[in-house]
Amino acid sequence: MTENPIEIVDLHKSFGAVKALDGLNLVVRTGEVAGFLGPNGAGKSTTIRVLLGLQRASSGTARLFGGDVWRDAVALHRRLSYVPGDVSLWPNLTGGEAIDYLTRLHRGSTDPAALKSRKAALLESFELDPTKKARTYSKGNRQKVALVAAFLVDPELYIFDEPTSGLDPLMEAVFTDHVRQVKAAGKAVLLSSHILSEVEKLCDTVTIIRSGRTVESGTIAELRHLTHTSVSALVAHDPSGLARRAGIHDFTSSRAGNMTQVGFSVDNTKMNDVMTALTGLGLHSLTATPPSVEELFMRHYGGTSNNISNGRRGAEVVGR
Amino acid sequence: MSTLTAPQRSMSPQPRASTLTGTGYLLRFTLRRSRVRLTVWAVSLAVFCVYYVVGVAAVYPNAADRQNRAAVMSSPGSVIMGGPGYGLEDYTIGAMFANEMAIWLIVLLATMNILMTTRNTRAEEATGRSELVRALPIGRHAASVAAFLVVVIADAIFVVLGSLLLVSLGDLAVADSVALLTGVMLTALVFAGVTTVTCQLTVHGRAASGLAFAALGASILIRGVGDIQEQHGSWLSWVSPVAWTQQMRPYVDLRLWPLGLSVVAVLVMLSLGAFLSTRRDLGGSLLHTRAGRAHATPALASPLALAFRQQRSALLWWFVGCVMMFAPLGVFLGGDAENILNSIADQNSLTAKIFGDDPLAAFFALMLLHCALAVAVFSIASVLRVKPEEDEGRLGLGLSRSASRSTVLLAQLAVAGFGAVLLLFGGGALALWGGARASGGEADLVTLLQGAGAFALGIAVLITFTAALFAWVPKLTALSWVLFGVVVVDSFFGGLFELPAAVSRISPFWWVGDFPTTPLEPSHMIGLGAVAVLLLSLAVAGFRRRDLTAG
Repeated sequence: MTENPIEIVDLHKSFGAVKALDGLNLVVRTGEVAGFLGPNGAGKSTTIRVLLGLQRASSGTARLFGGDVWRDAVALHRRLSYVPGDVSLWPNLTGGEAIDYLTRLHRGSTDPAALKSRKAALLESFELDPTKKARTYSKGNRQKVALVAAFLVDPELYIFDEPTSGLDPLMEAVFTDHVRQVKAAGKAVLLSSHILSEVEKLCDTVTIIRSGRTVESGTIAELRHLTHTSVSALVAHDPSGLARRAGIHDFTSSRAGNMTQVGFSVDNTKMNDVMTALTGLGLHSLTATPPSVEELFMRHYGGTSNNISNGRRGAEVVGR
Repeated sequence: MSTLTAPQRSMSPQPRASTLTGTGYLLRFTLRRSRVRLTVWAVSLAVFCVYYVVGVAAVYPNAADRQNRAAVMSSPGSVIMGGPGYGLEDYTIGAMFANEMAIWLIVLLATMNILMTTRNTRAEEATGRSELVRALPIGRHAASVAAFLVVVIADAIFVVLGSLLLVSLGDLAVADSVALLTGVMLTALVFAGVTTVTCQLTVHGRAASGLAFAALGASILIRGVGDIQEQHGSWLSWVSPVAWTQQMRPYVDLRLWPLGLSVVAVLVMLSLGAFLSTRRDLGGSLLHTRAGRAHATPALASPLALAFRQQRSALLWWFVGCVMMFAPLGVFLGGDAENILNSIADQNSLTAKIFGDDPLAAFFALMLLHCALAVAVFSIASVLRVKPEEDEGRLGLGLSRSASRSTVLLAQLAVAGFGAVLLLFGGGALALWGGARASGGEADLVTLLQGAGAFALGIAVLITFTAALFAWVPKLTALSWVLFGVVVVDSFFGGLFELPAAVSRISPFWWVGDFPTTPLEPSHMIGLGAVAVLLLSLAVAGFRRRDLTAG
């Protein structure tokens, strides 16, 4: 199979005068877990709704396995599982019934006995009581119902829209575990999430969107390279010249005995120059901290898209 | 110690906190939220009153005409649909209005009160919105009291506006008009009170209003049976809140004390509701739910199965209600019914005109019409249940699996259609026939089934019209209730007021006609079927092309 599970090129979607998506690009390849990030209202859920054929794109292409997401929706949905961020269930059905109903709509050819034992195993790992009516479930438990229904079928693609919202940390770990398993089985996953540690643990690639537009995409290592490293060093000579160097930001210095303690952050692209300069100042000790994923994203969430594409930093540097 | 006293200290500068704190604020908020809905209800009801009075005055200009009408109104069928018959001996416009319209005003105003009350209390709770509100410094009973005050205000607008119109345009006595409408309002408020109680019993707004509607239906039936037993009502009539308005004898010999019964009943219901609400948790109910099944039955495997599963209990109750309504009316046809109806028809030229050559046929036509109107309510409501499914994201959840849009929509319509057929044929035609047979009367089953079939086509148009609205303009689905309103007005008052043909023809039931009095017109039947098919294809095409609101 040569077609990518998800391929979105220059997608636009407007609701009247409001532009929800404004030139979005996103690719998810087979065997890849793709993080999908962006601030609230950036258009993540709209993108997913377009992918699911629930809303129609105004222009651009959105393809699942090479098929048209609108026209071939029913056939394509046999090959995917979806978990929304805010699961609403049929109030008079139990969790177990809702899971069975959703599974049967998939019309998979799995034999019933195997399905039943897998359901039991999933219910146990997510610690979900299937005999309760859906209206008595908490948000986290409704989320678990959708997760069990998603992992129960065996599709080629999983689409998760903030799937762990409302789950406790233990259940989040269970979710992480299941995603690793499907990844190991060669499935593709699109994971929209605000939980950055989850993204860092699971995702091979990350796409960050803002105001309906893709502002960054690549592997986490690639994204890291675009940003900066925090450096703290003890030097013998006067470091004031450093502050004016290109690529150095947030410079601080203080006396430490007969040495000077300096702290700054440096663009990764200027690392070599800065290191040379530091050595010239009589370097005594050095700690360099790569940016956390959190810092990485905060920068993208907070700044404007121009700032990012120019590789410049916004004024608000978010600490740890 | 300090941790205990600190909250008290911070509370002290505030006014006394009670279970009613914030009622005024919630009242203003709810009024703002429902201002259009309330105004439309109250104003159209008031206009409806004066329209009737002016219309009746034009149709029955002199006393002799009205006496003919009075003779009709003393038949049991008319008593059920009308009143206890005060003033029949001198049937003035006022007496006519009180005897024939009071019950309709009560039904409509009580319907508004029931819907409004559940909407602003239980439905808010079920969606979790009231959790946000109750976390604020708002008293425990504030929401219920505010919801009640909202309907009081809407009802009062109706009373004031209606009285003004009746006195000015209708030329009716001031005291009697105000008293009658106040009575209607108080009886309707009793049902708002009943709803406050039923809201404590069930978790869903729908179930709560269903219980309240059942109470309303029972009250109407009890009052009818009581009034048939004895002219001006037997003791049984007085059990029903509906009688407390009708027994005021407005425009005949006005007495005010029956109003007191309504006031007492309202107070009792509100206290009971307040008491019950302290016995339950927010979002919970007094009727507890048991653990359900861990696995779905094998049948629950398609959108159709799901739609049926969601509506089966509602359908069952509708069916029971229809059978309980129409089987006894069938019993009435036993034995010498034909003689009774004939003698009524023979009394004068006007009743002869109404009942025609075949009073039995006219009775069947009337019964089938009532059944069809009830089924229309069921069918429209049944189709509209798809709307919250979409808005709350469940439709999208199903569609994200391998269910196509047409399957999902058609499943919903199939359940509405199946329910309509079951209620029309089983709960209407067969129940009438069975009742008649049980009391040894004559009723032609084939005729009844034909009539039910004709109305089924009319209802198919209502169902597909509602579906087409949902598919193309989901925000305007309320228009299906407007069409239903046209059907009601045309069915009951179309002939009386000589509505313009253009208006009458909007109503699918106008095309059905009054079978079996006049034979069915095959071209009309084909036309209704064609319109339904057209609307259905429109609905499917529309739903396939539009964006879903949530998912």
